[in-house]
Amino acid sequence: MLRIDCLRSVYPDLDNCLVVTIMGAVAAELHSLGHRPNFFYLQHAMGLASSTGLGLALCLPEQKVIVFDGDGSLLMNLGGLSTMARYRPKNLVHVVFDNESLLSVGGFPTATSTGTDLEGIARASGIPRVATVRSIETFKDAVRDAVHGSELSTIIAKVEAKGPSGYVTDLSLLENRFQFRRHIQSLKRS
Amino acid sequence: MARFRVARSRKKLMPVSLTSSRLIFDALKECDIRLVSALPETWLVHLIRMADEDPEMILVRLAKEEEGVGVSAGAHFAGVKSAMLMQNHGFLASINGIVSFAHLYKIPLLMLISYRGSLGERDPWQTQGGNVTESVLRALRIPYCFLDASETVKKRVRQAQTLAESSLQPVALLLTRDLMWEE
Repeated sequence: MLRIDCLRSVYPDLDNCLVVTIMGAVAAELHSLGHRPNFFYLQHAMGLASSTGLGLALCLPEQKVIVFDGDGSLLMNLGGLSTMARYRPKNLVHVVFDNESLLSVGGFPTATSTGTDLEGIARASGIPRVATVRSIETFKDAVRDAVHGSELSTIIAKVEAKGPSGYVTDLSLLENRFQFRRHIQSLKRS
Repeated sequence: MARFRVARSRKKLMPVSLTSSRLIFDALKECDIRLVSALPETWLVHLIRMADEDPEMILVRLAKEEEGVGVSAGAHFAGVKSAMLMQNHGFLASINGIVSFAHLYKIPLLMLISYRGSLGERDPWQTQGGNVTESVLRALRIPYCFLDASETVKKRVRQAQTLAESSLQPVALLLTRDLMWEE
């Protein structure tokens, strides 16, 4: 299963969500499908995409928030799973693309390649709804169920360690950040 | 409630200033701070309890302080003003988040940092962090000042919050022993 096919399968469902991605391939691939003002790409600070999603979800309880995380980033902030589980916002969906690799820096294997079980860690942290998916159909269904459901979910998507040829997009970091905040403020006014 | 019993029994052993904690908390409320992230530390016990008991405040108890940078960024995007409560060692543990999120993306952070390991410190394990806190703040070009006297708490919290919002960057307030500790 390729990550970009996963992203493509749920792209139409992202319309009414606030989306936070990690750096590297996830950001570049989502951007390549078509940038929208409700997408924020955290191009560094590995581990903090999920914390950003938590802050958004707690402050905007009526707004659905999706985080596209990765195994390398999540392994840097496993404690963040316990923080999310502690507050378990109903409007937060946490998707983890697990390619068992730090792809963007040369494909070094992460601990999930030697047996670390992110689904087990998420469940044991107290995330109420956890699943591992291995096909586009099950990915799409799991994400849609989570988006339309009302429980904090972590979905581990096992994907191949393949990505785009480059990671730099024509969207500057600050442009993305200011556009994202302005978009949220416009939603609050409407 | 167990929480109160713990707080009271700790107070006898650890004379953290309730008065100063109340002053700081009220100053945060007056700045429209509506989300506080925190990791427990002795000097912050009353502040964290006040945030927990205030229905207008969202308290996010963290596993590690760096998460607070992400939480505050999310709050900022949502249009909610936030503050981070942490020990100086928690600040040291947050540096990558500060540099590669708050600085990189121009995120305002109001960081209230208990300044352990400075003059008067009895806990040996706090002393190295005390040595480097200010030089690290300066190296990161984070504007900071001290909360060291009750009469200036309100003004300095307001000033720090104002600068964080206007400059879109982290600003630190160092909570000192003189303000936080009554012995």
